[in-house]
Amino acid sequence: MSEPAYKLKIRNLRKTYGPVIALADANVDMREGEFLTLLGPSGSGKTTMLMAVAGLLQPDGGEVWIDGRLATYMPPNKRDIGMVFQNYALFPHLTVAENIAFPLRMRKVDEATIKKEVTRVLDVVRLPQVAERQPRQLSGGQQQRIALARCIVYKPSIILMDEPLGALDKKLRDQMQLEIKHLAVQLGITVLYVTHDQEEALVMSDRICLMNDGEIEQLGTPDELYFRPTSVFAADFLGESNLIKATVSAVDGSAVTLKAPGGAIVRAAPSRFEVRPGQQVTFMVRPENVHLLNPGDKTDNEVSVKLDDVVLVGQVTKAYAKLGGETKLSSTQLTRVGAKMPKSGEEVRFGWSVDATVLVAEKRPGAAA
Amino acid sequence: MTTLNQMRAVHGDKVYKPRPGWHAGLPLVPVFIFLALFFFFPVIQLLSLSVQTKGELSGIHYLRLVESDVYVRSLLITLKVAFYTTLICVVAAYPLAYMLATASGQTRNSLILWVLMPFWTSFLVRTFAWLVLLGRHGPLNKYLIELGLLSEPLEFFNMLGTMIGMVHALMPLAVMTMLSVMETIDANLPKAAATLGARGGQAFWRIYFPLSLPGLAAGGLLVFITALGFFITPTILGGGRIMMIAQLIIEQVEQLLNWGFAGAIALLLLLTALVVFYLYDRLLGMSTLSGSGAADRSGAGLGSNPIGKAGVWIGGIFINAIGWVCDRFGELVEVVRPIRPDRPRKTMSRTVMWITGITILVFLSAPSFFVVPVSFTGGGFLEWPPQGFSTRWYDLVFESATWRAAGIRSFSVGVISALLAMAISVPAAFVLTRQRLKGRTLYMSLLLSPLIIPRILIAVALFYSYAYADRFLQIGLIGSSLGLVLGHAMLAVPYVVVTVMAVLKNYDYRLDQAAWSLGANKARTLWHITFPLIRAGLLAAFLFAFVTSFDELTIALFVSGGLATTLPKQMWDDALLKVSPGLAAASTLILIFVTSMIFLAEFLRRKAAKS
Repeated sequence: MSEPAYKLKIRNLRKTYGPVIALADANVDMREGEFLTLLGPSGSGKTTMLMAVAGLLQPDGGEVWIDGRLATYMPPNKRDIGMVFQNYALFPHLTVAENIAFPLRMRKVDEATIKKEVTRVLDVVRLPQVAERQPRQLSGGQQQRIALARCIVYKPSIILMDEPLGALDKKLRDQMQLEIKHLAVQLGITVLYVTHDQEEALVMSDRICLMNDGEIEQLGTPDELYFRPTSVFAADFLGESNLIKATVSAVDGSAVTLKAPGGAIVRAAPSRFEVRPGQQVTFMVRPENVHLLNPGDKTDNEVSVKLDDVVLVGQVTKAYAKLGGETKLSSTQLTRVGAKMPKSGEEVRFGWSVDATVLVAEKRPGAAA
Repeated sequence: MTTLNQMRAVHGDKVYKPRPGWHAGLPLVPVFIFLALFFFFPVIQLLSLSVQTKGELSGIHYLRLVESDVYVRSLLITLKVAFYTTLICVVAAYPLAYMLATASGQTRNSLILWVLMPFWTSFLVRTFAWLVLLGRHGPLNKYLIELGLLSEPLEFFNMLGTMIGMVHALMPLAVMTMLSVMETIDANLPKAAATLGARGGQAFWRIYFPLSLPGLAAGGLLVFITALGFFITPTILGGGRIMMIAQLIIEQVEQLLNWGFAGAIALLLLLTALVVFYLYDRLLGMSTLSGSGAADRSGAGLGSNPIGKAGVWIGGIFINAIGWVCDRFGELVEVVRPIRPDRPRKTMSRTVMWITGITILVFLSAPSFFVVPVSFTGGGFLEWPPQGFSTRWYDLVFESATWRAAGIRSFSVGVISALLAMAISVPAAFVLTRQRLKGRTLYMSLLLSPLIIPRILIAVALFYSYAYADRFLQIGLIGSSLGLVLGHAMLAVPYVVVTVMAVLKNYDYRLDQAAWSLGANKARTLWHITFPLIRAGLLAAFLFAFVTSFDELTIALFVSGGLATTLPKQMWDDALLKVSPGLAAASTLILIFVTSMIFLAEFLRRKAAKS
């Protein structure tokens, strides 16, 4: 039934708690060696999906296939998975070495091999010196790596991670993101990762599964999600965005022509869903794609605005304005020495390209109206 | 006072943050003066008395202890009873505590109330309920015969009855101690073990059980130490066949007036308790008794002494063996009932656990209620089933001047001693939570010591000191309500300190700072901000102190004499004299009173939690 090339197949997975739909008919496929992130706000169903894959909760319907074997209602110890918990869940009464040996002991591996394997994975996570320590004697980052070592030591088909970097401070988190990513690539492990942090998802993932209200909002590469969001929610959740309501005035093969608030004519990239002239739509343009035009500059889309605020927030400077009196439009420029920035109250021209103008659906495509 | 000197010494210490000045410790002074007068001094005096005869140093009392085998035999019986009580308590309390620890918040809160209920219900009422239940013509014998399990009534009033009564009395203590440790165990750990390939049994025995072990041991220790000093249960339910150490002490004091020898026996009891404490400390570390997290406790640092090493080694073997058995059993079950990946699983183990837990809960909470139907009997003595319906025994209790006086006295002594205990302990709790005093641990253990010293020893010592004060200082405390109040307040101090400290630990100190910054002085801050916020906790501490006094018999036994008696003392005298349905009526009234107090407290707590 299931192609062996897929390490994980989720088919119509469903879970409800009374009237609340925690997960609604989710479908996901994961190839071997893929790093897939479930991203979404709290209550979006990402943890529910992860727990159902782990076998820590029983779904109401649907199927979970792990490495070609049906595992929907298998107990956790019978499915070939590893899991890194948010608080690491290292056993506090066992040493680091005993923690890592635990899954091997459960698999009745002989002691000599256990010793060899424990040493090997401690080298892999670059912590060979902590073997005899108690978990609580380690720093957060070290505990994190031991939790990972405890999973990779028995080479499960798929490793599940539930917000594993949530408890670390920003700097360490940035460092661990790349470290985990490199380790996953180096060892060829398949990782299903959960986070609510969009930056983390963008940095680490091969593909991102964006979730909202128990449903999959959009599933694709970080590029696709960032540059070609399909819905208002996706555009809003990842990165910053200007979301502007407009009316379609013409549709042709190369672009959709829109009439924006304030009367400006805006041309957007061809829509991925059907639009007709006269229809109300929403388009998105990222602030970093909205440029301040110098006199004489030409670009695809242009509007004249009066700046409400200009704020320097560090490496970027943001300029805020309103289109047609109330629709917000902002532009983000890199802060550079000597760059001449306008002041608030000034009249300027904002400009952006057709490619950067993406039509997004109010609701996710295919969702019940 | 030495405490003050120590605090001054602290002042000059080299520390990174400035230590509070000596005056910061002032609120500790009243409680320590109080304990010195009514606890430390009497206990030391009694023990010094045990090495004197007619004012001279002598070991004669101790020679007498070993000369006759009565005392050694009684000590052995005491140890035996305490050991079996502990064993049964621990084994039965564990599944119940586990069930409570793994239940969801709402369910847990309401179930805990049913564990606490027997804990708060008058001790004598509970013992008396067993007297009803286990009687020759009592309900238990009756139903066992009807079911055909017995051919003739079983005699319970011996070792068996004593054990049942003691297990029932002490199990809540074991449950609550275990629960406090189990609540600190991360719920993710068993799940992590499962994802790593452990079957349910393996995950439990290799991960959960070792982590819960400190709670099990601490619970066992508390039960054992408390059981050593028991005399009420063996006297009432032992049918005169069980003679525990505490009963011998009472005999020496009440009948023979031999203080020195009573002190010697008491010391024997104290030494036994201390030896047990020492072994426990070697094996598991004393720090496990205070409520730190499960993670800090196990394993580390124990390998350093031989007893600890042996413990760790035996524990390892035990865990491995039981883990192996569970694994084989799991495999067997999977052969009989293969795992289906396409169908939801039904887990049997949780059902089994709930049935076990609820059964134990019923054992804990149901027996007390048996005094109710019996008290309405129309007959002249305790019978099952009761004869007809009548309130004559209630009339008797209400019309009796002794019962009425005892009730009023118990209530007023309870209220006043609780207020006194609060007045001296609350400031101490504040200082100990908020100031970084040097020697904090020492102060804490001194404040808690009335819990560790067997109560019978405290009672005898206090009685002797009162008699001493009467003879040499003309202060009449024996037979007076004041003497009772002082003794009960002393017993309540540790409970109040612990309860209030627990509340204050969760109190956000910044709220006080906010109030100061807004212009309130310290007194107004305390009155308008702190007290309203910890009101529920203070009320709980007060109720704790009140019930401790209301239910107290040991001190009352010696200190209150003649007509000036308390309810427990009156019940005790009645039970020894003649067991009548009147006693059941009194028990029912106390039961209703205490139960409504608990529900009132719980109601107030919930109301406070909501606002």
